[in-house]
Amino acid sequence: MNQYKARLFISFSMMILLLLLVGFFQSWALCLTIVNLCLISAIMALGVNIQWGYAGLFNVGIMGFAALGGMSVVLISKNSVPEALQAGGLKMFIALFILAATVAAAVYLHKKFQRKSLVILTILIGYFITRYFYSDASQSIESVNPALTGYLGGLGLPVLFSWIAGGFLAAAAAWLIGKITLGLRTDYLAIATLGISEIILAVIKNEDWMVRGVKNVTSIPRPVPYEIDLQQTAWFQDMIAKFYSKSLDILPVADQAAALKDYISEASILMVKLSYTGLFTSVLLLLIILATLALNSPWGRMIRAIRDNETAASAMGKDITKRHLQIFVIGSAIVGVAGAMLVTYDGQFTPGSYIPLRFTFLIWVMVIVGGSGNNLGSVIGGFVIWFLWIMAEPVGFWLADLSTSFLNSENFFRQHLLEHAQYIRLIFMGLVLLLVMRFSPDGILPETNKKL
Amino acid sequence: MPWFTDILNAVVLMCNFMIVPALSYGSQLALGALAVTLVYSVLRFANFAQGDTMAFATVVTILSTWVLQNSGISFGFMPTAILAMPIAVIACLAYVLLIDKFVYEYYRNQNSKPITIVMASVGVMFITGGIVRFVLGPSHQIFSDGARFIITTREFKEMTGLSEGLAIKTSQFLTVTIAIMLVGFVFYFLQKTKTGKAMRAYSDNENLALLSGIDPAKVVRVTWILVAVLTTIAGVLYGLDKGFMAISYHQLLLPTFAAVIVGGIGSPIGAIVGGFVISFSELTMTYAYKKFLIYLLPEALEPSGLVQFLSTEYKFAISFVILVIVLLLRPTGIFKGKVI
Repeated sequence: MNQYKARLFISFSMMILLLLLVGFFQSWALCLTIVNLCLISAIMALGVNIQWGYAGLFNVGIMGFAALGGMSVVLISKNSVPEALQAGGLKMFIALFILAATVAAAVYLHKKFQRKSLVILTILIGYFITRYFYSDASQSIESVNPALTGYLGGLGLPVLFSWIAGGFLAAAAAWLIGKITLGLRTDYLAIATLGISEIILAVIKNEDWMVRGVKNVTSIPRPVPYEIDLQQTAWFQDMIAKFYSKSLDILPVADQAAALKDYISEASILMVKLSYTGLFTSVLLLLIILATLALNSPWGRMIRAIRDNETAASAMGKDITKRHLQIFVIGSAIVGVAGAMLVTYDGQFTPGSYIPLRFTFLIWVMVIVGGSGNNLGSVIGGFVIWFLWIMAEPVGFWLADLSTSFLNSENFFRQHLLEHAQYIRLIFMGLVLLLVMRFSPDGILPETNKKL
Repeated sequence: MPWFTDILNAVVLMCNFMIVPALSYGSQLALGALAVTLVYSVLRFANFAQGDTMAFATVVTILSTWVLQNSGISFGFMPTAILAMPIAVIACLAYVLLIDKFVYEYYRNQNSKPITIVMASVGVMFITGGIVRFVLGPSHQIFSDGARFIITTREFKEMTGLSEGLAIKTSQFLTVTIAIMLVGFVFYFLQKTKTGKAMRAYSDNENLALLSGIDPAKVVRVTWILVAVLTTIAGVLYGLDKGFMAISYHQLLLPTFAAVIVGGIGSPIGAIVGGFVISFSELTMTYAYKKFLIYLLPEALEPSGLVQFLSTEYKFAISFVILVIVLLLRPTGIFKGKVI
């Protein structure tokens, strides 16, 4: 146990030291950006850790759940587009309603009568009615000012609500997938999550009426003040003036106002980032507390018992499939929340940026390196791996540059290497994953209560 | 008889845009699915690295093709890539054996849970993807040369006098012929040779096979050899047909898995049938039937839209929906594979 505490202390203080070094030697704005993204990564890793570390469920579709979270930010926080709503809103709602009704009817008929022909007939009829309303509606919505809107817009609610909504949206998708594949072979879940994440992305990219597709949604409202507003607030100006009063006093009076202005604009950027850090940290802390409480409760013991020996657990009368479904939904919801937070932080929703390498794979490396089954492990994993990921790109370039510096700058090999240096970090991360899995499967922080 | 020509035209149109492409895409999928199913039944894990390994083999082929082309070697009307394929098979084999030695062997000896090995294969998938992009970049590469068509639409029209033409690309012709030969060989190997029988025995009951003196290391090695051959050929044929792009190889994973599961996991014949089920469903669902219906229906009933069930962007969704239907209704697949 003491060894564990030492590991915990050393790993976290090392990480803090590294971040402080970035702050001192590069810039504090960069340091805070890294911290914020580390926090989001840590939350995503926490969600995946709940699935993998607690229950041994392998989710290869993290990207899809994160994208659903991101989508919910647009749907909740952007203002609605009244012209588009008028043009095709009603028809679109009818189409969606009929789609939902068709699915419900098909499931009901399948359960009640077990007649395949009836189910197929229902689906076909439903499909054609939906199609009739849908194609009309999507066309008329997308033709409303396509350069700026061309979509229905959102509900115009405060953006923080979307974090919750993102969780629910991801949870719904996870429930669907889990309902179908849990209880079958363990790898079916992996394959199905891979599939659903591709489909979610395909839908987001192609259904322009929903969230504008690849045309992106920008200027998403913020949960924190804007820099420009902050600069004009009296209390903020006073605070900065007080903080820098010593260095301001040395300056000649004529330069003081200009210097103060510089300080204020610099501080406002930091302040905004810092408010995000505060928000993200509180979400992370809340989730960690909840997750740890759950893990140590009777429910958590049951989940771990199922993971370690399914046969024994089912002999004790535990419903394995149901528990797995719960865990899968909870974990995916957390990933959805983190996805919403990421889009809020970026201020824009760009479906093109969702690639499996960045979202699915990197999160996995975080969970495994941090230590699967340990919540703090996911946090440290999220920090370490995101830090490495950010730093690996310049290092990769530097290595590529250094190792070929003896070559002519026009040399084909050198040019190729420099051009493709960004892929070195992909190979590097893959190696990290495989090496940790092989030689140190416990990760940085091993699971504390492995033995029941 | 104008109505008869209309029907003929409709049939030719269907062949040109649906049946011929579906046959060649299905063959490519079937070869990949066969590789996945072999790994599944002998090594007992879902190989997520399949798509990217295909890309790896194709990259080697492309590089060798360029070398061959630069030294002035060509293969007549056939693409030069066919000549480069043996080199790629050897490279791919070396790569998968290396990966097996350093990654999978350890977990096999540890008797790890299948899901752990699946995860390792996801790690391998990303490393392979990284290598592929590092060597050739993420962009689209076309490496087919030689005659592009065996029959062009114009030749066909002149030959038959119909207004619709049927074009058969060299790559499509090659895909189907090579796939038939290769599948024949694999089945012969599995059914008739001693090593093939040993593999099936090992897949059926590992302990019993070990007890009867089957060398597990040899079974694993032979499996990887078959996988390397299938993977390389599937990758090269797909690349000749549609061009090489790292991401599209990665995305082949879903239809390939769907084909394996539809056919029945661990059943080689199922993998072949599954490949064609997926390819034909994809094309029937995303094909625009407008022109086809114009030929067949009287003028009054002619459709105004494209008459397409789903746009081509959603082709993953089709493999996924088929996968879901199979999992819900018959988890063992068409040809009873292994369950749970």
